[in-house]
Amino acid sequence: MKNRYATVGLGAVLAFATALPAAAEPVDDALVIDGQTMTVRTAAPEGHPFDEVLSGWLFREAETRELEADSFQNPGMLYVDLGAEIWNTVDGTMGKSCATCHDDAADTMKGIAANYPKWDADAKRPINIELQIDKCRVENMGAEAYKFDAADQKALTTYIKHQSLGTPVAVDLSQGELQTWWDRGKDIYYTRTGQLNFACASCHEANSGQRIRADHLSQGQANGFPTYRLKQANMVSLHNRFRGCIRDTRAEFPKAFSDELMALEVYVTWRGTGLSVETPAVRQ
Amino acid sequence: MATPKPRVKLPKTASAGEIITIKTLISHQMESGQRKDKNGDPIPRQIINKFSCEFNGKPVFSCDIDPAISANPYFEFSAKVAESGTFKFSWVDDDGSVYEHEAGIEVK
Amino acid sequence: MSINRRQALGLAAGAVAFAAAGLPGRPAWATPEETEKRIAEFTGGKTPETGRLTLTAPEIAENGNTVPISIEVESAMEGDDVVEQVMILAEGNPNPDVAIFNFSEASGIAAATTRMRLARTQNVIAVAKMKDGSTFIDKKEVKVTIGGCGG
Repeated sequence: MKNRYATVGLGAVLAFATALPAAAEPVDDALVIDGQTMTVRTAAPEGHPFDEVLSGWLFREAETRELEADSFQNPGMLYVDLGAEIWNTVDGTMGKSCATCHDDAADTMKGIAANYPKWDADAKRPINIELQIDKCRVENMGAEAYKFDAADQKALTTYIKHQSLGTPVAVDLSQGELQTWWDRGKDIYYTRTGQLNFACASCHEANSGQRIRADHLSQGQANGFPTYRLKQANMVSLHNRFRGCIRDTRAEFPKAFSDELMALEVYVTWRGTGLSVETPAVRQ
Repeated sequence: MATPKPRVKLPKTASAGEIITIKTLISHQMESGQRKDKNGDPIPRQIINKFSCEFNGKPVFSCDIDPAISANPYFEFSAKVAESGTFKFSWVDDDGSVYEHEAGIEVK
Repeated sequence: MSINRRQALGLAAGAVAFAAAGLPGRPAWATPEETEKRIAEFTGGKTPETGRLTLTAPEIAENGNTVPISIEVESAMEGDDVVEQVMILAEGNPNPDVAIFNFSEASGIAAATTRMRLARTQNVIAVAKMKDGSTFIDKKEVKVTIGGCGG
């Protein structure tokens, strides 16, 4: 076993592995969280390369799927709890917490994150939940913007997105110049980069459902982020995952929240139109 | 790291002699002592080394833990409840901290 | 694409080391002998029997960092028929010890579930010790996959 990996290892990184059964269909299973059925499979929007969009949950092994389905066992819920604490904690010079203005997130944030990214008319660029939190902190709380992937940023983003659990993803591309950013995101999605010469589409479109070594390639949907990843045993943000994916093609990866990655977020989120927000999803 | 926060799930009521299921989860990195930092220096071990559950002062279940238990340790076990009372849960950290949680149950 | 020779070699070597051992610079693995020794210490030298104890673990773990395992021992959990302890071992980890579950009559059922780390494909072993001194064993092989990008 060990020897086989040693010899196959490098080759498999460079090309799709043949050592394991190649095709493996996503499972036909229902994701029910606390009695609420998630949309994990739905008709793709017009102009989408697939007929059906599929949640990454369908590509995971039974144990991983069960972990997400149990809202007590799901370790991502620890970060939802932490996010709730942050929501109610005063920070910054103006003596305010998120709750000071937004009251109970269960009411005020319900379904909100399913419509992000949105157009930020002030900044004239798309805004996601992380940047919206920062904008609020700087402008309304007198607090500092979070450093990318700070523990509090991940927990608060997870908490806010979790308030949309089950709500279908729907980005309104008619806002501002969002359509232009979608076009740019699409370009990036199909542009091959890195020593391995992979585009996002190489794995998540052309080879979705196949295996790259032992990984079952999903459609690369964004609807479960931030996601509890078993590998890190921690929450992983969407831009962290983007950067990780691009790094794995052995390319230089853009900064979090850069124009490139914001455009990619707009486009990739749209590719999951109609899927339920699953935050915190559980992935390998 | 923020102070580890426990999550505990058990029924609020039970009938006398009923066997209930208890689920517990706590946020903790469970640093194994096997990893190295960016400079190649070993990261010292820091784990939760003991979990225990008592009911009205009597032991129900406990676990001696090694670094092979995953981050954010999860334990699920059973308890036979004869009377109303309080479950007391505790997690002992390598650094000496003890994280505690209590939950009552009413026997009808 | 600018990449010098040293970086290229580093990447190649890293990929091979990663594929072979999971992480570079790991200490030596535990040996089956060490695991046998732990079992002997636990049982007081007795050879544990099979039956009564069931260990449940996935055949394939999607990521070795978080592998769900459950044990259950058939027992009345009263009188002399009480399970005192169940020890979990992983014979292919850097250290075979995983956990020891301590039960009591108040447990009602000798069953427990947790999540554990497996450094590679290996046997997970559970050994139960009863109040009357009898001991039981169960073993499951768990295959730990190495992801393409999941790593």
